[in-house]
Amino acid sequence: MSLLSAVVGLADDALVLGHRLSEWCGKAPFLEEDLAMANTALDLLGRARLLYGHAEKLGGSNEDEYAFLRDAPDFTNLLIYELPASDFATAYARQLLIDVFDELYFDALQGSQDDTLAGIAAKSYKEAVYHVRHSSAWLLRLGDGTDESHARMQQALEDVWGYHLELFENPSADVSLVANGALPDRAVLKAAWSERVRELVERATLTVPAGNWSVAGGRTGVHTEHLGFLLAEMQHLPRTYPGVNW
Amino acid sequence: MAEIQVDVQARRFQERIDAEVRIEPKDWMPDAYRKTLIRQISQHAHSEIIGMQPEGGWITRAPSLRRKLILLSKVQDEGGHGLYLYSAAETLGASRASMIDALHSGRAKYSSIFNYPALTWADIGAIGWLVDSAAIVNQVPLQRCSFGPYARAMVRICKEESFHQRQGYEIMYTLATGSADQKAMAQDALNRWWWPSLMMFGPSDADSAHSSQSMAWKIKRFSNDELRQKFIDQAVPQADILGLEVPDTELAWDEQTQHYRYGAIDWDEFNRVVRGDGPCNRQRLAEHKRVHEAGAWVREAVVAYDRKHQDQSDV
Repeated sequence: MSLLSAVVGLADDALVLGHRLSEWCGKAPFLEEDLAMANTALDLLGRARLLYGHAEKLGGSNEDEYAFLRDAPDFTNLLIYELPASDFATAYARQLLIDVFDELYFDALQGSQDDTLAGIAAKSYKEAVYHVRHSSAWLLRLGDGTDESHARMQQALEDVWGYHLELFENPSADVSLVANGALPDRAVLKAAWSERVRELVERATLTVPAGNWSVAGGRTGVHTEHLGFLLAEMQHLPRTYPGVNW
Repeated sequence: MAEIQVDVQARRFQERIDAEVRIEPKDWMPDAYRKTLIRQISQHAHSEIIGMQPEGGWITRAPSLRRKLILLSKVQDEGGHGLYLYSAAETLGASRASMIDALHSGRAKYSSIFNYPALTWADIGAIGWLVDSAAIVNQVPLQRCSFGPYARAMVRICKEESFHQRQGYEIMYTLATGSADQKAMAQDALNRWWWPSLMMFGPSDADSAHSSQSMAWKIKRFSNDELRQKFIDQAVPQADILGLEVPDTELAWDEQTQHYRYGAIDWDEFNRVVRGDGPCNRQRLAEHKRVHEAGAWVREAVVAYDRKHQDQSDV
C-alpha cells in the first residue's frame, strides 16, 4: 500500500507541474522558448502517465480517475509543484529548484528495487539533465541580464524559496520503502542540491535567499489555495459529463 | 541599359519558373515576387501563431491525460510551423520583429478562421478535422511552390498537419459515437465551423485579388474554388461516417460533375471578419500584443546577457 501512495505522490508532482508549464503554451517571451516550455511540460505529463500506470498495476485507479476525479485533499503533490507562475522569472525560479532536485532524485531512483520505478527513473533522469541545462541557462541570463531581470529573478527566488524544504522530507509512510531500497532517501540529497543551487545562483550574480521560512503539507493533502483552482479548470469536463469516454 | 538588364533578368526568372526550377533566396527575383511571398508566408506564419490561441485555451481543460498530451503536442507543432515559416520569410529579408510589428499594426493579416471562438471540447475536434483538413488541401500544392524554402517548409508542415487532422477526426468520432450530450456537442461544433472552414479558401475566383499573378509565378497552383471543392468532396463523406449533418440544405451529390453541389457562402460575413469585425478579432490581437509586451523584459535580458558574455563565448 505504501509503495502505491509513494508512486501516486510522484505522479501528482509530475502532473501538477506539467499542467502549470502547459499554461505557458503560446505565452512565452518568444517562439523558441514557447516550444521549449511545451517540451518540458510534455516530459512531465508523460512521466505522470507512466507513474499513474504503475500505480494502477499496484492496485490503484486508472490515470484519469487519479487526475480528474479526486479533490484537492486527495492530491499528494508537494506544494512547490502547484504554485502558480504566470511570471516568467517565477516559472524558472521554481523550475530550477525542481530540476536540480529531479536530476539528483531520479538518478538515485534508478537504483530502486522496484524495476518499473527504476525504469521510469532512468527516462526521467535523462530528461531532468536537459531540464537543468535549460532552467540554469535562464537563471544565468535573467540574473546576469538587465537590472530589471536581475531584480525579478531575485524576487522570484525569494518567493519560491520557502517551498523547497519539503522536497527533502521523507513522508513517514515512505520510511520502510527507503529502508528496503525501493525509494531514495530524500534527506540525503539536500547537501548536493544546496551546493549545486548555491553555485548556480552565485554564478548568476544572485543571492541565495536567507531561508528563514518554509511551508509544507502537500504529501498529506494540505495544499495551497491555488490547487483547487487548478483542479476546477482541469476537471470540469469529466465532472460535468460523468462516465463517458473522451 | 539598366532597364534592359532587368528585362533580361525578369525573362530568365519566368523561364526558370516555367521550367519548374526552384527559386532560392540568393537568386534574382522581381520585387513584386519577393513582396508577394513575404506577405503570404508571414500571413501563414501569423495564422499558425494566432491559431495557437483557440486550441491552447483547451490544453488545461482537456478531458483526459491522453487528450491533454496530444493537444499540447499539436499546439506546440503549430508554434514550430510558425517558426519554420518566419524563418522562410527571413530568407527574403524580412525580420521577425518587423513581421510581428506588421501583425500588431494590422498591416499583416492572419487566417480569419481563428477569429471564431473555440467554445466546447468538440470545437477542438472540429478544428482538427475541418480547419486542419482545409489547411492541408491548401498546403499540399504549396509543397511544389516555386520558392524553395517555402516549399520545403510545407513538406514537413503537411506531414504534421495530417496527424492533426486525424486527432481532430478521432475526437469527433469519439463524441459522435458517445453519449447524446457528446453527439449534440459534436453537431453543434460542426454547425459553427463548417461555413468558416469553406471561407478559408478565400473569395471566389472571380473576386480574388492576388490569384492570377500568383498562378503565373507558381506560388499558387489551383484556384480558390477548385481547392474549396476538393475540401467539400473529402469532408462530406467523413461527416456521413460520423453520423453528423453538414449544415447546408443545398448540399447534394452531382452525378454529372462527380462533385458535391453546395449552398451560397455568406461573403458578407467573410468580409466583415476579414475587416476586423469577427467574434474574436480584437481578443486575438490583444492577446498576442499582451504576451509580446509581457515578454519584452526577458528578451532584453537575453540581449544584455549575450552582450556581456560575448567575449567569453568567442574564446
